[in-house]
Amino acid sequence: MRSVTFTQLIRETLAAELRRDPSVFLMGEDIGVYGGSFGVTRGLIDEFGPERIRDTPISEQALTGVAIGAAVAGQRPVIEIMFMDFITLAVDQLVNMAAKLHPIYGRPCPLVIRTPPGGGRGYGATHSQSLERLFAGVPGIKIAAPSNATDASALLQTAIRDNNSVLFLEHKLLYPQRFDVEDDLPTPLPFGFARVAREGEDLTIVAWSHQAFVAERAAAQLATEGIDAEVIDLRTLCPLDIDTLAESARRTGRVMILEEGPKTGGFAAEIAAQIMEHAHEYLEKPVRRIAGADFPIPSAKNLEAACLPAYDNILALAREWMG
Amino acid sequence: MDTIQAYSLMCMIRLFEEAIERLFLEGRIMGTAHTCIGQEAVAVGTAAALDARDAMTTTHRGHGHFLARGADPKRVMAELFGRETGYSRGRGGSQMMMDPAIGFFGANGITGGSIPFAAGVALDAKLRDTGRVTVCFFGDGASNQGVFHETLNLAALWKLPVLFVVENNGYAMSTPTARGLANPHIADRASAYGITGVSVDGNDFFAVRDGVAQHAAACRAGQGPVLLECVTYRLSGHSRGDPRVYRSREEEAAAWENDPILRLETHLKVDGTLTDDAAKTLREKAQACVDDAIRFAESSPLPDSASLQEDLFA
Repeated sequence: MRSVTFTQLIRETLAAELRRDPSVFLMGEDIGVYGGSFGVTRGLIDEFGPERIRDTPISEQALTGVAIGAAVAGQRPVIEIMFMDFITLAVDQLVNMAAKLHPIYGRPCPLVIRTPPGGGRGYGATHSQSLERLFAGVPGIKIAAPSNATDASALLQTAIRDNNSVLFLEHKLLYPQRFDVEDDLPTPLPFGFARVAREGEDLTIVAWSHQAFVAERAAAQLATEGIDAEVIDLRTLCPLDIDTLAESARRTGRVMILEEGPKTGGFAAEIAAQIMEHAHEYLEKPVRRIAGADFPIPSAKNLEAACLPAYDNILALAREWMG
Repeated sequence: MDTIQAYSLMCMIRLFEEAIERLFLEGRIMGTAHTCIGQEAVAVGTAAALDARDAMTTTHRGHGHFLARGADPKRVMAELFGRETGYSRGRGGSQMMMDPAIGFFGANGITGGSIPFAAGVALDAKLRDTGRVTVCFFGDGASNQGVFHETLNLAALWKLPVLFVVENNGYAMSTPTARGLANPHIADRASAYGITGVSVDGNDFFAVRDGVAQHAAACRAGQGPVLLECVTYRLSGHSRGDPRVYRSREEEAAAWENDPILRLETHLKVDGTLTDDAAKTLREKAQACVDDAIRFAESSPLPDSASLQEDLFA
C-alpha cells in the first residue's frame, strides 16, 4: 500500500495507458509543458513528447471535433476540458456527433473527455458547475464520476479501452486528496457497477463523484450516533446500476440522494424516479434530494457555501428519519 | 476516373437527386433531404482528383459527394427509404451516412459540424504517416460558424493534410451570400490563418479537378491545409418544399445556362470525346442505375425496432 493523491494516480494511469497502446494520445489546453490547469498531466510530455501530449489552441469545439474524427479514424484520444463549464463550447460535437456514432452510423468512437466539475474553490459561476445532467439525457455518451483514486484509475482504464465516448468527471476537490492505494494500478473496472461504500440497514445515501466522498464521511459520523447508513457510490451515471440502488432502497426503505448541481432538473431527480419505479412499495419515507441551490454558484466563500449541498443537511435528514 | 466516367457520374447524381425530389412529392420517402442539383461538378471533380487512400467528409447536402466517392446508389437510396439495407440501416437518413472503407466519413446534419471531424481524420493520417489527404466539404453558410475558424487555425498550426473545399452555392438556405458574408470571397479567409486560399469555377469540372489535384498534392507534401472555394449555384431549392421566394425565376433560368453537366457535355462533344448518341446511352444507363436503386430500396426490409437498444453502444 502507498498513499497518493487523486491527481497522481490519474497521471500514473494516463502514463500506463499511453505506454500500453500507441493509439492513445492526450489533447487539451495547456496540458503539455504547463502540465494542465490542475497539474494532472505534469511531466507526461517529457516521456511521451508533444505529439502525444498535444497542446491545443483555446478552441474547445474544434479540439473535441478533431478528437472525434481521429477516434473514428482509429486513434484513442483522451481530451481534457480544463473546467467542466467550458464543455458548453463543445456540446455540439459531443451531442450531435460523438453520441450518434454508434447508435446511428454503427461506428465505434473511442474517446474520453476528462474534465473537472464542481465548486468549493471560490472560482465563481463559470468555473464551478456540475453539468453532468446535460449529458445524462443524451443517449450515446457514457458518464463516469469516481469518488476516490483507485476507482478513478480503474474506471479511466476502462474508459480509454472502451469503444464509445466517455465523459470522465474528476471533481476538482478530489485532486489534492490523498488515498491509500495498492502499489500497482488497479485492474480496469467494468462500467455500470455501483460501489457499496458502506453497508447499512437504516437508510441509503446515494451519491457520485465528490458527494460520494462526502457521504462516506457523513455515514461515519452517523454511525457514532447509532444510525446505520448505507452509502452507494454510483461510479458511473451511464450506465446506471439501478439494481444495486433498488435492492438497497427495498432493504432500508429510506433513500436520500446527494447532488452537487442545482436540485431542479438534476440527475438526482432521475434516480428518484427510477427508485419509485422499482421499489416504491418498500419505501418508509419519500425519496429526498440534498442538492445545490437553484442559483449560479457565487464567488464569495459564504455565498458559495450557501449554494452547495450542505453536509449538515445530510446529518439532519438522517436524524429526522431515525430520531 | 476519365472524363466519360465523370460525365456519367454527374448524370447519375443529377438523376438520383431528381428522383429524390419526385419521391418526396409522391410521398414514397419521408423526412427531409437536400439535393445538390447544379453542384455535381464539385463532387465529381473532387473525387476524380483523389486517391483511393484519401478521405472525405460532407455536409447536409451530401448525396453527390458520397456517390462520387463510390457509394453504392442502392444503399444510399435504401437509407433514404429508411430500410435495413441502407448505409445506416435506416437510422441515419439523408444526412447521416458513412463508409470509412471507401474513405467517406459523412456528415451529421449540423451546418459546419464535420469541419473539425475532417481535421481529426487528417490528424490520424499525420500521426500514422499514411499519406492520406482529407477533403472537407462545407458550404458558404458553414463558413460563418465559429468552428470553421477554430478548425482552420488549428489545422494550419499543425499543418494537417486537409483540403477545405467550400461550395459557395450562393445561398445559405434562403440567405444570399451578399446578406450573409461581410466579404463574399470566402477564399480570402485563408489569409487570416496564413494558408493558401484559392477560388475556382465550381461549375467547371476541369477547374475543380485540377484545383483539387494541385492543392491535395500540397497537403500530401506536408505543406498544411488549403482553402479551396468552388463557386457554384444550387439549382434546386434548399430542401423539400422550398418555394424559393427569395430569388427570381429569371435568376434561376440564367443559372441553368451555366449547368455544369451541360458545360462538360458541350466540352466533350467539341473535343470529340462524346457524341450525341453516346451521351444519350450514358444518360439512359445512369437512369437505369437510379431506377435499380429505387427498386432495391423499396423491396428491402424495414429495420427491426426490437434491436435498437443493442445498437446504443459499441
